[in-house]
Amino acid sequence: MKIVVTVKLVPDTTADKRIDPATKRLVRTGETVLNPFDEYAIEAALQLKEKLGAETTVTVVTMAPERGKEVVRKALAMGADDALMLSDPGCEGSDVMGTAYALAGAIAKNGFDLVVCGTQSTDAITGELPGALAEFLGVPGLTYGRKFEIDGTTLRAERETDSGFLKVTTGLPAVVSVTKSINEPRYPSFKGIMAAKTKPTTTLSLADLGIEASAVGLGAAATVVVDSAERPARGEHAVVKDEGDGGKRIADFLVSRKLL
Amino acid sequence: MTARVTGASEFDYFLDDEHEALRSTVEEFARDAVAPRAAAMDASGEFPYDLVASMSKMGLFGLPFPEEYGGMGGDYFALCLAIEELARVDSSVAITLEAAVSLGAMPVFRFGTDEQRKEWLPQLTTGEAIGAFGLTEPDGGTDAGATRTRAVLDAGTWRIDGTKAFITNAGTTLTRLITVTAVTGAGEGGRKEISSVLVPVPSPGLSVATPYSKVGWHASDTREVSLAGVVVPEANLLGERGRGFANFLSILDEGRIAIAALAVGLAQGCVDESVKYASQRQAFGAAIGTYQAIQFKIADMAVRAHTARLAYHDAAARMLAGKPFKKQAAMAKLYASEIAVTNAREATQIHGGYGFMNEAPVARFWRDSKVLEIGEGTSEVQRMLIARELGLPGT
Ligand SMILES: Cc1cc2nc3c(=O)[nH]c(=O)nc-3n(C[C@H](O)[C@H](O)[C@H](O)COP(=O)(O)OP(=O)(O)OC[C@H]3O[C@@H](n4cnc5c(N)ncnc54)[C@H](O)[C@@H]3O)c2cc1C
Repeated sequence: MKIVVTVKLVPDTTADKRIDPATKRLVRTGETVLNPFDEYAIEAALQLKEKLGAETTVTVVTMAPERGKEVVRKALAMGADDALMLSDPGCEGSDVMGTAYALAGAIAKNGFDLVVCGTQSTDAITGELPGALAEFLGVPGLTYGRKFEIDGTTLRAERETDSGFLKVTTGLPAVVSVTKSINEPRYPSFKGIMAAKTKPTTTLSLADLGIEASAVGLGAAATVVVDSAERPARGEHAVVKDEGDGGKRIADFLVSRKLL
Repeated sequence: MTARVTGASEFDYFLDDEHEALRSTVEEFARDAVAPRAAAMDASGEFPYDLVASMSKMGLFGLPFPEEYGGMGGDYFALCLAIEELARVDSSVAITLEAAVSLGAMPVFRFGTDEQRKEWLPQLTTGEAIGAFGLTEPDGGTDAGATRTRAVLDAGTWRIDGTKAFITNAGTTLTRLITVTAVTGAGEGGRKEISSVLVPVPSPGLSVATPYSKVGWHASDTREVSLAGVVVPEANLLGERGRGFANFLSILDEGRIAIAALAVGLAQGCVDESVKYASQRQAFGAAIGTYQAIQFKIADMAVRAHTARLAYHDAAARMLAGKPFKKQAAMAKLYASEIAVTNAREATQIHGGYGFMNEAPVARFWRDSKVLEIGEGTSEVQRMLIARELGLPGT
């Protein structure tokens, strides 16, 4: 079985994010980390591989400039078998649709039975990529999985919702996205780090995938950032001093704002 | 580390990709898994079995050992980097790893027979089991001549009697081995003949006391060990008979680099916490970090941490390159432990009253730092060693 995991390079989650007022795009210098949500996807794929045995392979795929090698290396150190890196200046400025289109090209070229994604990335936080990817690949998309299992060519998953979960089933191939409740991602071991050195990473260009430059990048983006503004400073707020009824008063407050 | 020795004193300290990847992995683990627990562990004094299990899975206990013994095939420098990153947030976890590897497993790896290595290393390098080393006794640690524990060989078995004091990792539920030094006879010139013997845990006659109440390192397991007629096979002699103390001293040479790394981690943790606090804490209408008195304190702390780091990187590079490193290791341990104490004192000062509250990380660092000048060779011993290496008269 061929499992593909999508991974993304994101700005360091502990640093403040900044939007460049001129380009209206996120300042991406100094970004160095693997999207934390993707670690759960990698872990889910690795656990599946451990269960299914040696013929199962885990390939990570990313669309990133050269420095994306860092996150690829971490995924390989965790235990993925190989990596595809779509590195092309033409990809710059792609919105979620363009990214999904390009990744779908790379994944289709590689071949897959199952694509595992994190629910969202910590920079854009749209959560739309897994759905768009399923659409472009022409396979079922099962998002927000908190648990899934494979039985032959049947995929069973529990899909998290606001009020509980849905039990859903589909056939393979498919795309799933997994939430943080699915597992506890492993830390790479030193052996894994050393082994990652010799694992193959294939770098691809848009031309390698037969993707027209006009289909991706800033020019093809279906969404345009019109404006951006600093988050306003925190305004008026109420402090609830707990005199035995603190919990109730907070709940009443939330109810009054229709948040509960 | 690319320990490229190009000349008498030219070293390249830049971490290669693999060491850097390991360092950042442990940094992440320390920040996300250890730091949030450190204050509670310090307060309860409970040994963190779950964190030790996570560290085992990451392969930290096997870092400097070859794969044939269950190790990670890394080197001693990799171990030092891991220890430094752990100590940046918590010394108890860091010393648990340091002692388990340097004192527990390393003597078996360095001096063990094939059978001893096969028996012990696979469990110790995977962190499935932990080993301890008992040298210090209630009547003396620095002075080997004060060793009173005796091991008597009789009909193919050693019979051991004595008491060991302050033994790290002696009483955890994972502890399977305590290597002890013991007098095994009279050596040349009437001096005691001291040897090392492997004592499996449990063994009849072997007992450990309840943990000491310590000033710091609260979540590290430290106990007194009693041996009352403990009988082990003759084959449990570790290394040559009569070389017990000498062998242990050579283990300490490299152990000093690891303790220096631990001290650097603590010293750096003091910088991290002070930068954070000085940026937030307001006094006289501005963050205290805007005042030069505080800025200079923190700048000095950072300089000390950095210099001490260079000192241990240098000692490690020499060791990996197969060069003499005894003097540099002693210098690194001496300097790093003393600046760790200084940084902890200054960080506490910067935190004002909060710095004196036990839940403040810097208060913990302060209590944890002092032992660094005592364990694995006191500061006095390091100076004696350096003086000897300098060829001073009377040394
Ligand atoms: C938390 C903790 C964990 C420990 N873990 C272990 C362990 O796992 N295994 C183990 O074997 N030991 C362990 N020790 C013991 C530690 O290594 C010793 O405490 C240390 O070596 C000092 O020995 P001592 O306490 O007997 O002090 P002493 O040797 O009695 O020294 C007392 C003082 O005299 C000084 N001194 C001694 N001789 C001289 C001299 N010739 N010239 C000048 N000054 C001198 C010393 O530097 C020191 O300042 C641990 C100790 C602590 C506190």
